[in-house]
Amino acid sequence: MASTSEMGSADFETLVSTSDVELLKRAWRNEKAAPEILQYEAALVDRAKEQIELVEETIEEYVEDGIDPLVVSLYQMDLDRTQFLLRSYLRVRLLKIEKFMFHNHKSEEAQQRLSEQEKVFAKRCAGDLEKHFEESVLVKLPENYQSVLKQSLISEVDDMVPQPHLDTFVVCRSNNFVSLNLYEEGESPETVEMERGDLYFIRYKIVRGAIESGKIDLI
Amino acid sequence: MAGQSDPHISLFSPQEVEFMAEDEMVEIVPNMNMDTLNFISGNFGRFVPQIPTQVPLWLAVALKRRGKCNFRPPVWMSVDNLTQVLEAERESQSTFQPLPFSYVEIARLLFDHARDDIPDMYMVRSLVEDIRDVRLHKLETNLGSFQGTSAVKVSNVSAMEVNLVRPFVRRALEAFYKHDKPEPEVNRGTRSSRQQREANNEPRRPLRQR
Repeated sequence: MASTSEMGSADFETLVSTSDVELLKRAWRNEKAAPEILQYEAALVDRAKEQIELVEETIEEYVEDGIDPLVVSLYQMDLDRTQFLLRSYLRVRLLKIEKFMFHNHKSEEAQQRLSEQEKVFAKRCAGDLEKHFEESVLVKLPENYQSVLKQSLISEVDDMVPQPHLDTFVVCRSNNFVSLNLYEEGESPETVEMERGDLYFIRYKIVRGAIESGKIDLI
Repeated sequence: MAGQSDPHISLFSPQEVEFMAEDEMVEIVPNMNMDTLNFISGNFGRFVPQIPTQVPLWLAVALKRRGKCNFRPPVWMSVDNLTQVLEAERESQSTFQPLPFSYVEIARLLFDHARDDIPDMYMVRSLVEDIRDVRLHKLETNLGSFQGTSAVKVSNVSAMEVNLVRPFVRRALEAFYKHDKPEPEVNRGTRSSRQQREANNEPRRPLRQR
């Protein structure tokens, strides 16, 4: 989202000095820890896939060339670790898409965070489940109660759509000095200042923006 | 799905916490020649007999298992330092001593794979276990005195410790926050029904069975 344009020079330096595996690990941890689905790291995933393919080819060549089996097995281990990260990252996202299927389907913001393939998956998932519910249960209910999204026709909002619980608490660690606003309506202004490396249990909404800009990691 | 932790019980499985710890750098002394390894996660080596070099823990363990290197135990893992840390942990009820974020996992991997490289192995092991027990007990006790409902600072708490208390602390803070927050009258109906559903989704898991 707004992450690239807002990135300061300090953030840029950490990006340059950080390997893709580190970035992938960060994305994986954030995705696992955040209650809602985060922006899909398209460029990062593409780079990781490329590197995985490259190493796979290299390993094949090494085997053909009769390179020391020890070296080959070490390369294989490194490859396995990166693949695990990538797979787990994508799977966590699929789990979240399934969990908040109907919410993702109608929320513009959530839609934009998905990759093209994930969008297709989300759409088909929601479609299939809706069809299944309709055929197996809803069609047999009184007319007022046939919506997948609403408890009954008199509900003004979609009150049967599970939404990510954004008031939940997460554990975070700051990468730089950050000052965050704790202020909410009906409260007095209050900020929390985090030094680099500080660990906090904190309400997700407060750090939402800082995660996106890479100032804070969830752990 | 193999390898995925159950998000309802704990966010990261012990295996995943260990996986992250395996990326910590350690110093090894190789006993063989090997060219630089150009991994996706970075370049390591080259490896020359008797010349110490820095590698991630997983690589160190892999080499050690094949008898290709010896570990240089991290500085904090000396009997002197650990004795000091243990004393300090016992002295203060509220603060935690700075230890590596993954000290439990690093120590365990070293005990499992490099016992011959750790001087006073049994002493070190029992010290690390004592430190872990003291800290866990302290952490549980301190949970009772959490202040603030939006941000709680936990200094020097390690990866395993965070992961262990997370489900309990999250639920507790959510409850604090919910009761603390002035709730707009209009939303009350929908909000409480949503809370209800979520509460049913996630099984309660008390930290201490008493």
